[in-house]
Amino acid sequence: MSDEQRFLDRLAERNAQRGDEPTWIAARRQAGAARFEALGFPHRRIEEWKYTNVRDIARGDFALATDADFSPATAAALTLPLDAYRLTFVDGVFAPALSDLGSLPEGVQVMPLSRALEENHEAVGGPLGRLTGVDFSSFAALNTAFMEEGAVVRLAPRTVVDKPIVLQFLSRAGQQEVMSHPRILVEAGGRSEATLIEHHVGDAEAANFTNLVEEIILERGAILSHYKLQEAPLKDRHIASIHVEQARDSRYVSFNLNLGGGLVRNDLVSDLNGEGAEAIYNGLFYGQGRQHVDNHTLVNHNAPRTFSRENYKGILDDRAHGVFNGKVIVKRDSQQIEADQSNANLLLSDRAEIDTKPELEIYADDVKCAHGATTGQLDEEAVFALRTRGIDEQTARGLLTLAFAGEVMDRVDLDAVSERVELTVAGKLPERFNLAGLVETASAFNEG
Amino acid sequence: MLEVKDLHVTVEGSEILKGLNLTIGAGEVHALMGPNGAGKSTLSAVIAGKDGYEVTSGSITFEGRDVLEMEIEERAQAGLLLGFQYPVEIPGVKNIYLLKAALNAQRAARGEDEIPAPEFMKLVKEKVGFMKMDASFLQRAVNEGFSGGEKKRNEILQMLVLQPKLAMLDEIDSGLDIDAMKVVADGVNSLRGEDKGILLVTHYQRLLDYIVPDHVHVLVDGRIVKSGDADLARELESRGYDWVVEDSAA
Repeated sequence: MSDEQRFLDRLAERNAQRGDEPTWIAARRQAGAARFEALGFPHRRIEEWKYTNVRDIARGDFALATDADFSPATAAALTLPLDAYRLTFVDGVFAPALSDLGSLPEGVQVMPLSRALEENHEAVGGPLGRLTGVDFSSFAALNTAFMEEGAVVRLAPRTVVDKPIVLQFLSRAGQQEVMSHPRILVEAGGRSEATLIEHHVGDAEAANFTNLVEEIILERGAILSHYKLQEAPLKDRHIASIHVEQARDSRYVSFNLNLGGGLVRNDLVSDLNGEGAEAIYNGLFYGQGRQHVDNHTLVNHNAPRTFSRENYKGILDDRAHGVFNGKVIVKRDSQQIEADQSNANLLLSDRAEIDTKPELEIYADDVKCAHGATTGQLDEEAVFALRTRGIDEQTARGLLTLAFAGEVMDRVDLDAVSERVELTVAGKLPERFNLAGLVETASAFNEG
Repeated sequence: MLEVKDLHVTVEGSEILKGLNLTIGAGEVHALMGPNGAGKSTLSAVIAGKDGYEVTSGSITFEGRDVLEMEIEERAQAGLLLGFQYPVEIPGVKNIYLLKAALNAQRAARGEDEIPAPEFMKLVKEKVGFMKMDASFLQRAVNEGFSGGEKKRNEILQMLVLQPKLAMLDEIDSGLDIDAMKVVADGVNSLRGEDKGILLVTHYQRLLDYIVPDHVHVLVDGRIVKSGDADLARELESRGYDWVVEDSAA
C-alpha cells in the first residue's frame, strides 16, 4: 500500500462515520482527496521542497482524535498568561472547557469552524478555500479532504477588538500518533483592527502531525497583527499554509515564531491587491537536536504603491536544519513598490545547516527592492565589551545569541509573548552559555 | 596596586607607548593627561586587554599579578575595570542582564555565591537613583540609542554596581554637558576609597575641578614626561601642552 493510500483509507473511515454534510463540503473533500492522490506527498525533486524531506509524515500512520480530553492543570501551565478571547483545540478537536470567549464585543465573531458551519455553512463556503485551494500543495489538498474543525474569526467593519484573540492548539501524548487538519478563516472588515495569536504547544512527549490551512482576508484599511507562536513538542510535525489577501491600505503584521516541532514547514503568502497595502513579516526560528524548520514566504505585489518588509532570524544548534526561502514578485505595471527582505542566521554548531534563498521577480521598473542574507558571527566588539565587565566569553556569546533573537522580539507589543520567547530561547541555548537564572531577572525586576 | 614598567606598545607596526612607567597606589586618584595622539587611550586599552595592541616589552602588574597573562574577563573580575570613551551599543542585551552577569562573575571569581535576587534589585535601584537615571534604563538594551551623556552615565553605573578596585576612565568627560558632568563626577568620587584607585584619562582639565586627583601625569609621545599634583593640571589648563612638549624635547 502506498503512503498516500494509507491516508486515503483513513479518510474513507472517517467519511463513513460522518453524518450528512452540505454538498459543497462533500464535493471539496472529494476534490481534495483526488488532488492529494494525484500529487502525492512532495519529494525533494520539487524545487519548493528541495531541502525538506517529509518522509517522517508520509510514512506515519496517524489516527484522528475523537475527544479533547486534556488535563486542565497542564493546559493552564501551557497557556500564555494573557487576558484574551481564547479557543482551544486538542489534537484538532475543539475543547470548550479550555476555551473562553467571555463576552465578545459587538461586531466580533470568534467560533469553532464546526459551529460556523452549523449556523450558516453557506457563509463559510464562499471564502473557504478561495485563497488556499487544493492546488496549492498536496498538504493543502490533504487538509481540504479532512477539514472539519478549526476557527472562524469575523470582524465587522470598523471593529477594533479590545483583547487579543488566541487560538490555542494543544498536542497530546498518547498511545497512537494522531493527525489534525485545522482550518482557520479570518475575515476582517474595512478598517477593523485585531491581534490574533496562534499558539501551538503540547505535551513534551507528543508526536503528532498538524496540517494547518489558514486564510486571512483583510478588507480596505484593516489591520491584523498575527502572532504564530509555534512551540510544539519536539517530535511533532507541523505544516502550515497561510494565505493573506490584502485590500487597499490594509496592514498585515506577522510574527512567525518557531521554537518547537521536529519537522516544520510554514508557507506564508500575501497578495497585496490594493494600493497602500503593507505586509510586514517578522520571523524567528530556533532549531536544536535534529529539528528541521522550513519557512517559505511569498509576497505578491499585485498593485502599485504596495509595501513589504521581511526580517527573519534563525538560530541553529546541534544538527538542526533551517530553510528560508523568501520570494517577492512584483507584477507588471505595479510601480512604486518597496520591498525589503533580510534573513540573518547564527549557527551554534558545525553540524547545523541553513539554506537561505531570497528570490525576486520584478516585472515593473519603478521599484525599490533590497534583500540580504547573512550567516554569521557575533559582533566581536560586543563580546569584548561584555568581557571587560568580567563576563566570561561563553556567557557573553550566550547573551549576544539571546540578543540576536531579541531583536525580532523588540517589535512585539505583547509582553506575554516576548517573555515566553525569551525564556524559551534562553532555556534552549546550550549550557555552556550559562544563561540559566539570568533571564528571570528581568520579569522579576518588573514585579519587584 | 597597579604597576606599569617600561611599557612599549605597538599598534599596526607603529610604536605608541615608548617606555611608560606608572605606579598607582591604593587610595590614589591619578589623572593621565596629554595632547591628542600621545597614547593616553592606549594604556587603558592595553590594561583592559583590547585586541590589536602588541606589548613588545615592559610589564603591567596588578596586586602582584601579571595582567598581560590574564584573560580579559579575569582582569575585570580581579577588580580592574575600564570605562570606555565610546561605549559600545549592544542591541538586544538588557542592561539588567549585563549587570547581573558581571556581578555574579565577579562573585564567582571570589568564591562567593550568586547574589540573591532581592539584594541585587535593591543594589541596582539604589545605584540607578544615584546616577539620576530612570529605572526603565535597566530594561533597555545596553547603550542602544542612548545619547552620549547617557552612555557615560551607564559606564559609571556599571562601576558603581561592580565596585572596581581600580577604575580606569577613558575620556569620561567627553560629550557631557555640565549637569551630566556633575552626576558622572559624583559617581566617580563615590568610587574613591582607601583601598581603591582611579585612573582618569582626559584631555581637558575641566573634569579635574570635580574629581580632584592626587597625581597628574603628562603623556607626550608615548612617555610620561612630567608628573605633579592637581596644580599641574591647572597649569596645563592655562598654559596648554606646548611648554611640556618643548621641555621634554629639550
